[in-house]
Amino acid sequence: MRANFVMGEVGNGLRRNLTMTLAVIITVAVSLGLFGVSLLVRSQVSTMQDFWYDKVEVSIFLCSKGSDTASCSGGEVTTAQRDQIEADLESLRPLVSEIYYESKAEAYTRFTEQFANSPIVDNVTENALPESFRVKLSDPTQYEVVASAFAGRPGVEQVNDQRQILDKFFRLLGGLQLIALIIALTMLVVTVLLIVNTMRVAAFSRRRETSIMRLVGASNFYIQLPFLLEAAIAAGLGALIAIGGLVLTKVVVIDGILAPSFQFTAFVGWDAVIGIAPILLLTGVALAGIAAFLTLRKYLRV
Amino acid sequence: MILFEHVTKLYASQTRPALDDVSLEIERGEFVFLVGPSGSGKSTLLRLILREENTSNGQVWVLGKELGRLSNWKIPALRRQIGTVFQDFRLLPNKTVFENVAFALEVIGKPSSHIKKVVPEVLEVVGLAGKEGRRPDELSGGEQQRVAIARAFVNRPLLLIADEPTGNLDPGTSVGIMKLLDRINRLGTTVLMSTHDAAIVDQMRRRVVELEGGHIVRDQDRGVYGYAR
Repeated sequence: MRANFVMGEVGNGLRRNLTMTLAVIITVAVSLGLFGVSLLVRSQVSTMQDFWYDKVEVSIFLCSKGSDTASCSGGEVTTAQRDQIEADLESLRPLVSEIYYESKAEAYTRFTEQFANSPIVDNVTENALPESFRVKLSDPTQYEVVASAFAGRPGVEQVNDQRQILDKFFRLLGGLQLIALIIALTMLVVTVLLIVNTMRVAAFSRRRETSIMRLVGASNFYIQLPFLLEAAIAAGLGALIAIGGLVLTKVVVIDGILAPSFQFTAFVGWDAVIGIAPILLLTGVALAGIAAFLTLRKYLRV
Repeated sequence: MILFEHVTKLYASQTRPALDDVSLEIERGEFVFLVGPSGSGKSTLLRLILREENTSNGQVWVLGKELGRLSNWKIPALRRQIGTVFQDFRLLPNKTVFENVAFALEVIGKPSSHIKKVVPEVLEVVGLAGKEGRRPDELSGGEQQRVAIARAFVNRPLLLIADEPTGNLDPGTSVGIMKLLDRINRLGTTVLMSTHDAAIVDQMRRRVVELEGGHIVRDQDRGVYGYAR
């Protein structure tokens, strides 16, 4: 094994094919970058789900004077109804982990805080807001149990699950992530094709060397290694650039722009970036490997 | 050294076989001319020995190995024991004389200390001492072929295959190349050389195998190029 010689050949090959090498590096960087971003979006979605699902509550709004749903035909909720609801909620433990009663007065206070700068506050009186039970579930996916127990029951105007609203939002994010992933995978296929062609050109421009190597009895390994290394190095450089882009995204876009402006939610941490980086590097090298396998078998036979 | 047993080679695109039931034996240390018109099967015969092709029928034995049963990964080991020289020299234009010869050793993983020792020796043998730093385009055709011979011989192969080595050279230069091949033969390497050069064959008076239309039509010790002479 002559490491110097092989590395010299690799260096020559990369220089000789400089434009093609650059094209490979850039394509790998862009496609892996996109791939990385889509993975990052996915872990962002799951970070937000963890963050929000912890906070979501099921709200059981009780009938007030103006309610016109069928279950409120009896008018405003009675004390007996309210106590019964509370007792039934208690009986649902441990699924129900926290029960909090919000009176009209509290609802109004919260409302005025939330819309402090909005003229809407002036039009709302304390009586217009319903009293409610705010319920936290130990397992938020079991919302149906609560809904079926209380929805439509006399004195209950409506059962609301915040999770359902969030799910719409997460589905949207998930859809965006899927699109990014599809684009990224398409790009990765394009990248493989480009590497295949680059290696073909490299094999052609080195055909004289290759034919002599075969004649003097160089092993397949020796003949193919420079090509393999060239592809792996180009793909590896592309992957490193993609990882750099990912780090930049985390520092500039997430930590610099998104996190300060949207403080109410959590964003992915460095652990996600550190988890994705090796995936990108491996994918890059695997791409080169696949491309090399496709090419060398065909063009560099003994 | 080389044994052909009823060898037939049929290329997929042709109906007439390139070699048709050829049997031939070449002993260790021989110097054999392979003559015959273009298309008579000389190149095919040489390619079979190098295992660049497989036979369609029959067996080829080279250096004690039956090539049909030789697995792909053992081919390089076979070729390391065979030197090859071609009409068109096949040198690397961007490498010096020294580097061209050294390349053959580098790609089979020889250490550079070994290369530094044997390359000047072999350049001395072929008469290129002092021209190590030249590039192929700074050399005459004869000198380029000497570089190619040095590259083929640097591993001290048991067998040297020369495919019309003087085809691109003038008669005077060809004589020099033949003297060199003769010297290599006397150093113990079996030489198999295909040629169209009648003057050389007549002068050397070595074994001549003549092919025509894929058949061996003549096999003579101390032969000449054609019957007419």
